[in-house]
Amino acid sequence: MENAFGQPQNVVVLGGSSDIARAITKKLCTARAHTVILAGRNQQLLDEAAREALDYGASKTDTVIFDAEDVTSASKAVASAFDKAGDHVDLVIMAVGLLGHQVRDQSDVAAATRMMIINFTWPVAALTEVRNRLIAQGSGRILVMSSVGSVRVRPSAYLYGGAKAGLDRLCQAMADSLVGTGVSLQLVRPGAVRTRMTEGLAEVPFTTGVNEVAENVMKGLATGDQVIWSPPMLKYVYAILRHLPGPVWRKVMDR
Amino acid sequence: MTRERLFGWGRTSPSMCEVLTPTSEAVVAQDLAEATRVIARGLGRSYGDAAQLSGGVVLNNRSLGGIGAIAGDGVLTVGAGVSIDELLTVTIPLGWFIPVTPGTRQVTIGGAIAADVHGKNHHRDGSLGDHVLEMRLVTPRGAFTVSPTKEPELFWATIGGMGLTGIVTTVTMRLLKIETDKVLVTTTRFSHLDDVMAAMIGGDDDYRYSVAWVDCMTNGNTMGRAILTRGEHATRRDVSSPSLLAPTPARLRVPFNAPSGLLNPLTIRAFNEVWFRSAPQLREGEEQSLGAFFHPLDGVSDWNRLYGRRGFVQYQFAVSDAQAECVVRAIERLSSSGVPSFLAVLKRFGPANHGLLSFPISGWTLALDLPVGPAALPEVLDDLDEMVIEAGGRVYLAKDSRLNPEAVRVMYPRLPEFLAVKNRVDPRHQLASDLARRLHLVGK
Repeated sequence: MENAFGQPQNVVVLGGSSDIARAITKKLCTARAHTVILAGRNQQLLDEAAREALDYGASKTDTVIFDAEDVTSASKAVASAFDKAGDHVDLVIMAVGLLGHQVRDQSDVAAATRMMIINFTWPVAALTEVRNRLIAQGSGRILVMSSVGSVRVRPSAYLYGGAKAGLDRLCQAMADSLVGTGVSLQLVRPGAVRTRMTEGLAEVPFTTGVNEVAENVMKGLATGDQVIWSPPMLKYVYAILRHLPGPVWRKVMDR
Repeated sequence: MTRERLFGWGRTSPSMCEVLTPTSEAVVAQDLAEATRVIARGLGRSYGDAAQLSGGVVLNNRSLGGIGAIAGDGVLTVGAGVSIDELLTVTIPLGWFIPVTPGTRQVTIGGAIAADVHGKNHHRDGSLGDHVLEMRLVTPRGAFTVSPTKEPELFWATIGGMGLTGIVTTVTMRLLKIETDKVLVTTTRFSHLDDVMAAMIGGDDDYRYSVAWVDCMTNGNTMGRAILTRGEHATRRDVSSPSLLAPTPARLRVPFNAPSGLLNPLTIRAFNEVWFRSAPQLREGEEQSLGAFFHPLDGVSDWNRLYGRRGFVQYQFAVSDAQAECVVRAIERLSSSGVPSFLAVLKRFGPANHGLLSFPISGWTLALDLPVGPAALPEVLDDLDEMVIEAGGRVYLAKDSRLNPEAVRVMYPRLPEFLAVKNRVDPRHQLASDLARRLHLVGK
């Protein structure tokens, strides 16, 4: 069961080997998390993340393998994760995503479709199963990894950003629809974060490390804010950016 | 049956529960037999998740009513769903008071027993469990009449047992005779924690009721400045026009959640400054009504909404006299971390009773209201847990919403005895709450 600060004891992480997910999992284990179920596509990376969770305080871990390109695998993966938790699941983290290569993908129909499936469709299918199970439990939290890039999608990353934008809008509305059901959904909108996924790319303003994102998530779990910005300043930065006229926006983004 | 979203007084960690309202012991037994998992709930004044059960059944005890006649020696039998407020409305005009009352009248007798509540007179009169002569308890293994002599193990597992041994349906207790509806109060102001603690050690035994409000927001010379209030029931000779009127209902209400962050370090410091300065250096023999002295917060309904959407947590711990230093260090830790506490109450406790999970132990207790929000708060409270454990003390489960299971095991050394008794009457752990699950007091 979670405590008054939203700190969970039993956690399911979908996309559990991503750097941000691991940083969040470590903080959760240091707090109250003792059962951690990690789901992803790479068994070796998941095992690494599971060992790390045990190091940081978890007492029981397990893994689930799924393929995020196969939408029909979503509800099975969630079911398997809940079964392996074997108890009330307090928090489900949705951290499935793929940054992809915009320049390479944007002219390839199959690649563009694939980006949508991994970043939008599979997560929505999984979230539907998660939602059903948490409502049946009577309580539970969902944490969805979105991005500031979803607030106003950049031309140089419209496949990733666009899919995230769809997921972000859908999840915000799902969060609203869940009010009063005992289940809550919170969105995390990090700015640029130094991870394996962004390695080699030029660094932009307001870039943080994964631990800062995790800290902002811990604070957000306590306050219950529907949207958790990381760093918090980005809320005000994007309040301005989203209203820039087209030509100015394109110039700002054209780095 | 209604599906309701339930949470504790701190308005954190809600759960959806199926709520039933049984009207008699027989219905309670039936509801218990039909449910997989169940917990009783009174007026929901536990601060955390003790009276809720995610996805389970909650038995609202408010229809287990009835106030019996008061015998000449003050013995009376009352339904577990009767609130202290409802009880006092009947008993005060007849010259009887409840021997132990917490800071609010809005708790049911059943809930008060589950939490083994204490009041301003613990150092003299113990906790409520010490005044219970007998009760009816419905368990999965049947209904029992329990008392210190009939099924004493089950009795003392139920006193302070957080509802996890069964559902209490009726309670027989002895009331306290009073002559008027007034308390004669002595108020003293102290500029430092050490001074108020010394005064309490030196003088508490001279008064039936004693409690100190402490300012946790100041450092250095004024650390833990405090207002100590002590009192005695006024006899007919003490007052000019004696009366026996029950307290009136609250006229003020907080109608909706205040904006988050209304109660923050700035506003709390400002309030504390005014509150401290408004108290007299020394005032003796002041007449206060029973309601004003015992239940000041009951004057404003739904005051917990002042904490906004985020809610708050209550942290109350008890340590022995030898470990009084723990109280000082706890306040130091709080004020140095900048984590604001709106209300800090310091009291002395007399000896513990035989309740296996009963909270009070001889020594000191400090209770803190802490708004949820500051990033440092969870860690500060974990640090306080360590301090309390090191001092051989414990945290009050009726106030708890964030302890971890390992800490509870150390703080309550009689927990294995409690679980043995529970397993006898509830082998499948039908009686469970979100708190019990969070603290691993019940199986999965």
